[in-house]
Amino acid sequence: MLAVKTNKPFNPSDEIKTRIREVMEQYPEGKSKSALLPVLHIVQDENDGWLSVEAMDKVAELMNLRPIEVYEVATFYSMYNLKPVGKFLLEVCHTGPCAIRKGEWLVDYLKKKLRINVGETTTDGMFTLKTVECLAACGYAPMMQVGEFYYEFLETPEKVDKLLDDFRMKGISKK
Amino acid sequence: MGKKILLEHIDKPGIKSYEVYRQHGGYASVEKALKEMKPADIVEEVKKSGLRGRGGAGFPTGMKWSFIDKKSGNPRYLVCNADESEPGTFKDRYLMEFIPHLLIEGMITSSIALESNLGFIYIRGEFRWIKKILEVAIAEAKTAGWLGHNIMGTGYSLELVVHPGAGAYICGEETALLESLEGKRGLPRIKPPFPAVKGLYGNPTVVNNVETIAAVPWIINNGGDAYAKIGVGRSTGTKLISACGNINNPGVYEIELGLPVEEFLNSEEYCGGMKDGKMLKAVVAGGSSVPILPSELFFKTKEGNPRLMSYESLSEGGFISGTMLGSGGFIAYDEDQCIVRNTWNFTRFYHHESCGQCSPCREGTGWMEKVLHSLEEGHGKISDIDLLFDIQKKIDGNTICPLGDAAAWPVASAIRHFREEFEWHVEHAHEATKRNYGLLKSTKEYFSVTAS
Repeated sequence: MLAVKTNKPFNPSDEIKTRIREVMEQYPEGKSKSALLPVLHIVQDENDGWLSVEAMDKVAELMNLRPIEVYEVATFYSMYNLKPVGKFLLEVCHTGPCAIRKGEWLVDYLKKKLRINVGETTTDGMFTLKTVECLAACGYAPMMQVGEFYYEFLETPEKVDKLLDDFRMKGISKK
Repeated sequence: MGKKILLEHIDKPGIKSYEVYRQHGGYASVEKALKEMKPADIVEEVKKSGLRGRGGAGFPTGMKWSFIDKKSGNPRYLVCNADESEPGTFKDRYLMEFIPHLLIEGMITSSIALESNLGFIYIRGEFRWIKKILEVAIAEAKTAGWLGHNIMGTGYSLELVVHPGAGAYICGEETALLESLEGKRGLPRIKPPFPAVKGLYGNPTVVNNVETIAAVPWIINNGGDAYAKIGVGRSTGTKLISACGNINNPGVYEIELGLPVEEFLNSEEYCGGMKDGKMLKAVVAGGSSVPILPSELFFKTKEGNPRLMSYESLSEGGFISGTMLGSGGFIAYDEDQCIVRNTWNFTRFYHHESCGQCSPCREGTGWMEKVLHSLEEGHGKISDIDLLFDIQKKIDGNTICPLGDAAAWPVASAIRHFREEFEWHVEHAHEATKRNYGLLKSTKEYFSVTAS
């Protein structure tokens, strides 16, 4: 998957730069490259939930790595988004144990409700729908991850609607 | 009620906090390990306990520890594998979320045994809130003097770091995990050398599962012999089982190894039987990678012995009629579930998660996914079933890491035990595209009905 260039520089705040330095210092001397995964998480959170080429180049600069070392890692792991995403990224598990307990229903319901396909973002930029493989919540299906947390037992339209409404309210007030 | 070791105090209010955990005997094993024991004694107790790796492979933990190279003088590392991602498995998450200090205590005691001064907990990136819980627990333990420089004035120092992954099943494989921890793509390494000799940063390293490490404090407090008395035969101690699928009480249960499978499935204390009074059709007993078993082979071995929840009993009959305890990811399928669809789903998972290093796995998983999808969608041919069996055979054992085997086994076992259902998908293509198969008591009965 090719990363997207925005021609918009990514300039992390001093606070973020300090956090990045602190993460790098957790590892033994000369092994600060170990911090790459956690640092990419921090930068993605700061960059509206995704990694642009500019953001990755900044990481390379701050961590004293070659850009390719950052790209090859960012493209390997499924949690790094290489395209812009909505304010709320809905990551629905569709692996076996969830699939036999309404996991596939949840994907279909969200598609209809939000009028988007998997991989798309609503026109208001609020929601992006993504299917993911096993999130280790098999007993609490159907479920999805949104941001930091898991939302489990989403087996009725009412529960899903309520959750989407809550997110939407939060999304509007955030702006 | 079976013996509880890991979850003994899980119901105590506030057990997540340091104070309450300490009130219930927490961190006693660290004190004992530092003041009364030599590192070799700790290893010896763990060896005596018969504790086996709880991540899936079941390798004896004490033996793994004894392989670590202490002679070279290079720094040694303990890495906790908290990258729980095997479909059906959600037990480590439960421990870390609700009794985080147990893992931290286990990490400290185990690090003392390995004479390591820096440990890592590699946690899957999605568990963002659990990472914070662990970091709080580490900070609390440090304030209380169980971590940091010169612990309890003994001269021993230890730091722990929680390191997040970023979404890759393959990083549960120990050498891929180490690559990832070094800030690279999670590509498994060729073994040997094993991590005990050349692991993280090329230094001696032990990688253990969360549940394995969490069992160490009890073993040190009570002795390896006491632990070995629990369980059955070479399956000593207790095991966390995460139960899911079409059962009444999905959740995480601690069982004494050797519990009859029938009791585990039907008793109210555990799964509580099948949901909506449906029949059990099949079971995946230890995470998606282990062979699926039809209900009759799950309850009883081919020889007619009642099956137990233990390493040996579940694997009785080998891959022909047995399965594996694996990670303890227990998935029950009711009579309405479609084996072809489930096999396709799992194969899609392995295709998605293959790191792409070895051609048999990279190409084979994708090929199997395509063939299974066409069967599931009613476009299959009878010859596809043999083709699938042939592809999985060519992946099994021909890759650097066990992901290839893990992708092959579910396909092989599904065809072995449910071949008629695959054939039915070809012969009744139109019906096969309907999701609910309305199977009766067993597949055999169903086929005798539709065949007429």
